[in-house]
Amino acid sequence: MRCPLNGVRNISEFICGGEVIDMPDADNCNDREWADYIFMENNTRGVVREWWLHAPTSYWFIAERDTVSNEIIKTYPASEVYNQRIDYPDTQT
Amino acid sequence: MPWNLLKYGFNRSYPADRHFPLSCALKSSYDIVIIGGGGHGLAAAYYLAKDWGISNIAVLEKSYLAGGNTARNTTIIRSNYLTQEGIRFYDESLQLFRDLSNELDYNVMYTERGHLTLAHTDAAMRTARWRAEVNMHLGVDSEVVYPEDIAKLCPQLNLGVDVRYPILGALYHPPGAIARHDGVAWGYAKGAAEYGVEIHTQTEVTGLKIENNRVTGVHTTRGDIQCGKVLQAVSGMSSEVARMAGFKLPIKTIPLQACVTESVKPFLDPIIVSGSLHVYVSQSSRGELVMGASADPYALYSTRSTLEFKEELMMHLLELFPFVGKLRVLRQWAGMADMTPDFSPVMGLTPVENYYIDAGWGTWGFKATPVCGKRMAETLATGKIPSIIQSFDLERFYRFEQVGERGAASVGN
Ligand SMILES: Cc1cc2nc3c(=O)[nH]c(=O)nc-3n(C[C@H](O)[C@H](O)[C@H](O)COP(=O)(O)OP(=O)(O)OC[C@H]3O[C@@H](n4cnc5c(N)ncnc54)[C@H](O)[C@@H]3O)c2cc1C
Repeated sequence: MRCPLNGVRNISEFICGGEVIDMPDADNCNDREWADYIFMENNTRGVVREWWLHAPTSYWFIAERDTVSNEIIKTYPASEVYNQRIDYPDTQT
Repeated sequence: MPWNLLKYGFNRSYPADRHFPLSCALKSSYDIVIIGGGGHGLAAAYYLAKDWGISNIAVLEKSYLAGGNTARNTTIIRSNYLTQEGIRFYDESLQLFRDLSNELDYNVMYTERGHLTLAHTDAAMRTARWRAEVNMHLGVDSEVVYPEDIAKLCPQLNLGVDVRYPILGALYHPPGAIARHDGVAWGYAKGAAEYGVEIHTQTEVTGLKIENNRVTGVHTTRGDIQCGKVLQAVSGMSSEVARMAGFKLPIKTIPLQACVTESVKPFLDPIIVSGSLHVYVSQSSRGELVMGASADPYALYSTRSTLEFKEELMMHLLELFPFVGKLRVLRQWAGMADMTPDFSPVMGLTPVENYYIDAGWGTWGFKATPVCGKRMAETLATGKIPSIIQSFDLERFYRFEQVGERGAASVGN
């Protein structure tokens, strides 16, 4: 797999972090929506966008992979998708 | 002797038995359609017919009969789980297995071998003690044993301390067993067919007919059929079929690989499992070592085998049994396991009326084939959920009440 930071590395150096999905607004969603977010899976058969970690360098990035052929179509830094700052509500109050 | 056998085989007065009739034409409607002709689907069909007198059933299998995970597992049967719900459930299955050959009049080659879960760390010893206590409390034969006991139970094991992970002790479960997986599926198929259940292979379900949130029929590659109720039992394809019904599951499809060596004379009686070393091994009645390791590290809809899997497995296996180093691997394969986050299955009702689910069997569902079939049959026939499977419903994830069995999974996944 090609890591956007370290180049092509052995697959055993990587850990899959699951499909890229949006987190619901934790303060305003109900329990069902939250359970959906943490437990339910698309388990897509076909091309998926996933989080991957290059473990030795602790670098998280995004990969597009076909879950039938196992072909890695492309990899890129997460900043290409998450290009705006996300402010989470302050839970300390 | 071989000549006599051949003569017998070709003799017309002893024609080979067909275990179940060839597929016939699909009818336009059935009381119950079962999607998936693996062990689970076939067992449910059998108990629906036998216990509840419902035989207007079609089992639809997209490929050949029971060629999915039923044909690919390493056939370990045990009930030494961690949670009360799990132990009760799997123990009922073990009891059903004990009498299964008689029940089906078909030899499923169920053999109790004893099951040793090796512990190589203090943490693993603690889990073993925990499991032993809960097991004994519920009447399941299970105890913690130490190297001197293990040496008696399995003298072939390398109990030396000059290895990376010396063996500190084990959880010993005398009723641990193996059986012939194909035999279990074929036996249920034969039994169900005798009651008039239709088994259709090469028949893939491609869609569902749902009206007012109630299932009324299925679309297949051989035409549409009407039905009263539907049970889906498709293991690795669970999410795909549930998608047709319009709901999501807490399941990832992850390959689990296995392999066997060439046959050698019997030397290994118990089933040996090591969670920390990610290996389980038993010797089949044919003499092969049947081996597996943990599930693959990421989701995939494929049954390919990898070199990484075998390298890891062999590295650890050689630590336990150094003398098998010269054995050759004969066959390798993989199955698509339907993994849940709590290592427990999903059984029962779904958001769609008259549509029932039997999924989330991951790496542990073969041993549950009889109990799951029996209890899902009861569920479909009565519309009520038997108490023994109640806590395994899909809704548990919305109640935040998972049934955590990770600690009792055969290998640290
Ligand atoms: C390598 C390996 C080792 C294992 N070891 C053990 C073990 O030691 N002990 C244990 O208890 N469990 C073990 N398991 C788990 C066990 O094999 C499974 O949980 C169990 O066999 C599941 O049975 P099933 O009938 O639900 O699924 P399957 O046997 O997979 O049957 C499902 C069927 O559905 C069919 N299907 C899918 N989609 C459709 C469709 N759209 N239309 C029609 N048909 C469809 C498939 O073709 C398949 O035949 C292991 C699994 C693997 C892969």
